[in-house]
Amino acid sequence: MKRLATVTVAAVMAAAPVMADLVFPSLSYRTGAYAAGGIPFADGYADYMTLLNERDGGIGGVMTRILECETGYNTEKGVECYEATKGEGSLVYQPLSTGITYQLIPKVTADNIPMHTMGYGRTSAANGKVFSNVFNYPANYWNGASLVVNHLLDLNGGDIKGKKVHLVYHNSGYGKEPIRTFEELAKKHGFELTLLAVDHPGQEQKSQWLQIRRERPDYVTMWGWGVMNAVAIQEAANIKFPMENFIGVWWSGSENAVLPAGDGAHGYKAITFHNVGSDFPVFGDLAKYVVDAGKAAGAGDQIGTAIYNRGFYAAMLAAEAVKNAQKIHGVADITPAMMRDGMEALEITEAVMTDLGMPNFGPSFKVTCENHGGPGTGAVAQWDATNKKWSLISDFSGSDMSVIQPLIDADSAAYAAENSMETRCN
Amino acid sequence: MLPDQFLFGVEVMLNGLMAGVLYALVALGFVLIFKASGIFNYAQGVMALFGALTLVGIMDGQVPFAHLINSIFGTDVHHFGWHVPAFLSILLVMVVMVGLAWCVQHFIFRHLVGQEPIILFMATIGLAYFMEGFGDLMWNSEIKKLDIGIPQGGSMWIEEATSFLGGTNFYGFFIDKLEIVASLVAVVLVIVLVAFAQYTKEGRAMRAVADDHQAALSVGISLSFIWVLVWSLAGFVALVAGIMWGAKSGVQFSLSLIALKALPVLMLGGFTSIPGAIVGGLIVGVGEKIFEFLIGAPFLGGATENWFAYMLALVFLVFRPQGLFGEKIIERV
Repeated sequence: MKRLATVTVAAVMAAAPVMADLVFPSLSYRTGAYAAGGIPFADGYADYMTLLNERDGGIGGVMTRILECETGYNTEKGVECYEATKGEGSLVYQPLSTGITYQLIPKVTADNIPMHTMGYGRTSAANGKVFSNVFNYPANYWNGASLVVNHLLDLNGGDIKGKKVHLVYHNSGYGKEPIRTFEELAKKHGFELTLLAVDHPGQEQKSQWLQIRRERPDYVTMWGWGVMNAVAIQEAANIKFPMENFIGVWWSGSENAVLPAGDGAHGYKAITFHNVGSDFPVFGDLAKYVVDAGKAAGAGDQIGTAIYNRGFYAAMLAAEAVKNAQKIHGVADITPAMMRDGMEALEITEAVMTDLGMPNFGPSFKVTCENHGGPGTGAVAQWDATNKKWSLISDFSGSDMSVIQPLIDADSAAYAAENSMETRCN
Repeated sequence: MLPDQFLFGVEVMLNGLMAGVLYALVALGFVLIFKASGIFNYAQGVMALFGALTLVGIMDGQVPFAHLINSIFGTDVHHFGWHVPAFLSILLVMVVMVGLAWCVQHFIFRHLVGQEPIILFMATIGLAYFMEGFGDLMWNSEIKKLDIGIPQGGSMWIEEATSFLGGTNFYGFFIDKLEIVASLVAVVLVIVLVAFAQYTKEGRAMRAVADDHQAALSVGISLSFIWVLVWSLAGFVALVAGIMWGAKSGVQFSLSLIALKALPVLMLGGFTSIPGAIVGGLIVGVGEKIFEFLIGAPFLGGATENWFAYMLALVFLVFRPQGLFGEKIIERV
């Protein structure tokens, strides 16, 4: 009898569904020229998932698992990482690289795995009618370009006609993404746009900044990454360019960009699609359950920095999409396809953010089948070199969709035509 | 009064000369090792990065291998809580670079004596990647501010003293104070290196090894010692380059890519000449800046400097393969 009971228990245990993990691949870059940006993002992403495990017992009772793969910000390695990790039930890819994103778009679509490229990647992926598996909410590069111009309009009482604006950009797919939008906005508002390309990695920019010194633009905006940001800000300080007239995109708005220039960076601005600093209740939980428990991905000293917060925010949005998918499909252990459904029906409200201990951390928005790009809102942050911190100097506001939407429609239509794709959401 | 466009061109040329000095600083390290051992040291850029990382780490009292120590022992140590003065830190880093040179010689090149140059080159590639990872493990990958008191920013004195040369659109020549310091340091460094090679026993031994390994061995010169010496000197030059470039951009891992700027300099100046490295650096610096100013930015969309430097070097290679100051290789059958 005892033996029969043992066998029965063993059989029941074997037959019971095994609760797998919720796998979140992290295509990180902790080495190489861009590691200083890759590390805090990966740490923020991992720490949020660890917080959910330690504080809440995972999401819907299923533990999360970070599956990290080092890309070195190298597109080929990024694709290898995708191929190596997709078989593990990876729920959503966030490659933190526009180059890798472009390569993965057809792959994730074929494999029906969602990809979230928050504030980077292929901008026209905002059109869910064409890009079924790619999401770039809450903002993309073209929103970023428009937000920069909106800020210039605010500073000039709505009239920037004849103003000289120079765009210093990383001479890569990433850096070139906003050019089209800037050109359209220049036509609309009548400002003079000058393009200044900087080759990878951007260690040497003397020619570009001598040109800026000669031409004395009213404003300089920057689409940089890695060392390019730090060098540009240092060079701007060297030529005594007024820092309050120098505005970077969110990838040029981290501590890594401004700290090397010291006091010279004081007043530099960057647009952002999420809030800055560590003054949010969730970071109390993070300290208690993750950092103090010795379970943080890094040393715990990056909390509140711009790119750490971005990784943290990206993880929060992924976790909320999981909850949504669990609700839609009525199962806790979701598949990548279910995750995609959860992302496509995601709604983030201020009430949700407050519940998560992140009030006003990011915008409220609703993703739909047609709109994978979110609201495209952002704010302007300014660097205080004395206190070594970013502060928001504007409210979150919208971008000029009358210019951006036609560009998104045209680019996504071209992609659909090239790939003989049928549009969705009809 | 001179035309503004002419003055801008002169300003670009002056800045090109300054940038060239910074390229030459990196190229010098390559020359030292190649001249003495025939090894093209792919790891020279990483040595500059490693030197700068170690300097900042020592100055800031950072605990080396903190992440590893904390992971193994469950501790939470990151800083010793002290700050070491810049001068003392530089001396300590020089000791570290000598230790590194000894390790490189003892653990790698001692075992590769007599191997083909391509094997030695491959070994330096391995060394570069190992050192990059080792530096990351030792000091982590965060971007670090390097401040040893070198002034930065345009020299107001030069700006004001030259502003009368042009019209209202000319604001005086912009010359970065950091680059003026770098130029002075480079001049001193070259004088010291040449004096060392000419007037010291070790320097003469180094030159003997460079001329002929076998002959140097036959007169009792220790090849092993000379190679450690040369790698130490290259480490010191790398440290100087790392300080100058690190002060410009912060110390971060793309610093190792400055080696790419040294390659066209070497192609121009020759792999075996210290003055060649300087002159090559100046030609590349001025050439790429002037090309960008006159042709690149107005007609080609800019960002021409990287490829133009290599194109310039290629043109030189076609007409003078050994470089401007390199030794002509004559092999008799």
